[in-house]
Amino acid sequence: MLDRPDLIYRYDGSFEGLMCCVYESFYKREMPLSIISREEAQQSLFEAREIVTDNAKAARVMKAVKEKISGEAMRLVYRAYLTDLRDREVHILRFLVLGFKCGAKVLKMLTDDRVAILYKAVTRLGNEAELLRGFVRFSDFGGGLVATIEPKNNVLPLLKHHFMSRYPGGSFIIYDKTHRLALVVYKGQSRIVQSDDFVPPSPEMDELRYRAMWKRFYNTIAVEGRENPKCRMSHMPKRYWAHLTEMQEISDSGRLAGDDKAALKSVQEKRGKIKTRAVNFDCQELV
Amino acid sequence: MDTIDKLTILAAAAKYDVACTSSGVDRKGQKGGIGNASSAGICHSFAADGRCITLLKVLLSNSCVYDCCYCVNRRSNDIRRATFEPRELAELTIQFYKRNYIEGLFLSSAVIRNPDYTCEQMIKLLEILRNEYRFGGYIHAKAIPGADERLIRKLGLLTDRMSVNIELPSQESLKLLAPDKNKESILGPMALISQNIAESRELKRYKSAPQFAPAGQSTQIIVGATPETDYQILNLSAALYKKYGLKRVFFSAYMPVVEHKNLPALTSKPPLLREHRLYQADWLMRFYKFNASELLDEKNPNFNPYVDPKCSWALSHLDSFPVDVNTAPYEMLLRVPGIGLTSAERIIEARRVGPLNFDGLRKLGVALKRAQYFILCSGRAVEGLKMSHESILRGLLSDRSMRLMDGTMGEQLSLFDDTFVTREDVLKCLTGQI
Ligand code: SF4
Repeated sequence: MLDRPDLIYRYDGSFEGLMCCVYESFYKREMPLSIISREEAQQSLFEAREIVTDNAKAARVMKAVKEKISGEAMRLVYRAYLTDLRDREVHILRFLVLGFKCGAKVLKMLTDDRVAILYKAVTRLGNEAELLRGFVRFSDFGGGLVATIEPKNNVLPLLKHHFMSRYPGGSFIIYDKTHRLALVVYKGQSRIVQSDDFVPPSPEMDELRYRAMWKRFYNTIAVEGRENPKCRMSHMPKRYWAHLTEMQEISDSGRLAGDDKAALKSVQEKRGKIKTRAVNFDCQELV
Repeated sequence: MDTIDKLTILAAAAKYDVACTSSGVDRKGQKGGIGNASSAGICHSFAADGRCITLLKVLLSNSCVYDCCYCVNRRSNDIRRATFEPRELAELTIQFYKRNYIEGLFLSSAVIRNPDYTCEQMIKLLEILRNEYRFGGYIHAKAIPGADERLIRKLGLLTDRMSVNIELPSQESLKLLAPDKNKESILGPMALISQNIAESRELKRYKSAPQFAPAGQSTQIIVGATPETDYQILNLSAALYKKYGLKRVFFSAYMPVVEHKNLPALTSKPPLLREHRLYQADWLMRFYKFNASELLDEKNPNFNPYVDPKCSWALSHLDSFPVDVNTAPYEMLLRVPGIGLTSAERIIEARRVGPLNFDGLRKLGVALKRAQYFILCSGRAVEGLKMSHESILRGLLSDRSMRLMDGTMGEQLSLFDDTFVTREDVLKCLTGQI
């Protein structure tokens, strides 16, 4: 395989698109310097070869990975694609080159940098998804649940199954602000869609009441005399706090006061508006 | 009284119960219902004390007719009292659950009127949750000692886990501090629960009968309120695991909340480091195949505050080391300080495709700073390694312990900083430790 430090592939950012880059690389027997999504390409000065996404080609690559390496390798590659690893596309390509050479045992070559780097990134992805299974905070808007997250990794595909099982037949939206993606589940049907500006509606009174109760519970349950900010921080890193109800400065009275009263008033004034916004939960806008 | 006021009183009354797990059952959400359970457990938040919050942990009531002197809820204590209506707490649980604040409910109660009545109220609440809301989330209920067998049985069929807290590690301590309780009133229900769990497992093989506490049984032991040694506590917990098939034994550093002549003074600090060491030892017994008698004995009945029990064991068994990572069996790898469950597994995997060197070990996640004194790679040790007792000890101590030893820090609490927090600690938190 020929090293081509002068060559960059540009693809549409989808997983299928990435598989087509792999196809191109093997077909032309060349190793590009990097593979970038169209979005990144706008900021890049270099010329890039456009790789067109072709689902049939992508399917052939995936089949080959499964047959010549293993299903487990396919899973690793897909997960690596979801991580925030820098230049993950080229790392995936390098791994596959090695994999097609060595076969299934590539997954055991844990001390080879080409393998270790993917495992490490995928472990971080898994850890973040595990954390977010707990840290997602929904607000209830008349039966539809809405949450916003800001993860480093693209975790929505890993959260989907868990939350669909948690709310069987339910409707909810988890919006990933970092990747501008929304997991939209409506009556048990799910989709992940691109959404650039998602704004949840304002909370109603019941919602504010439960938030206040949760915050009160949170503050009450800690044992004084055992305060341990470092331990808390390492389990619940600060970057998640922005979307954690219990870490917000909301009134803790349980009865509405000050800000909450104002919020409630604005909710009541905008009642008509909320009704139309609520269409969101029928997914008209996003799906 | 408003729900939020009751919540405040009844959560405060429940917070010393440290069993914060939601682990041990896998259950998919059922159509028309709400909630699932995942066997690893899920932490939804971490409180200011660094502990995992996974369940809505509350008492149904704190109006107790008993008078255990270490307990804030005792009859003779002058505090605010509250009692949830079963429906009120069921609704609160569902609302919290829906918002993904919690994995489920941890329900306990002081004794209202009498044990049977208390148990009936708990059953009522859980029936609303399981049957009306078709709640599939996690439920942990504390058995009320002295309640009728039939009621305990009914309660168990509605829960995932049940517990009876031993609290005090010996009969004498019980007599001294909990005059209304005795060994039988605690071990009785424990035996009953373990018997029901076993029967239900047996039945399960033949038909899909409702299961009795499928995530098993746990208990809690208070550390530091009474004079028992670590060795006594560890042996007690080993016996409980064995005799009653317990899933977990929790340790809780005693927080002085009550002034009493038989208890440590109100100003005494909770023995957090001791609690931590007991959890480490418990962890070693459950996952690293250590025996209680390997970790402590009558001559050394307490844990070393400076090094963890695994390092301590390795230091007193230097003749079993070094071991070669390319040939040592899994069980032996587990005994090397700096090699954990995951890295031991990875070593086994990786050495199948080729011999490992020290650089490779680092990539597999081995903490070489500690492990280097105990291992060889294909017959060779780390280059330039000093093998004096002093240098090994320095390698094993965290920086924090080192300063502690040098006397620059006297504060126990600060021992729990990041040098102690590893991936394993997070797991321990998930399963309720720390
Ligand atoms: S029975 Fe329980 S709640 Fe009542 S005083 Fe004793 S320990 Fe406290």
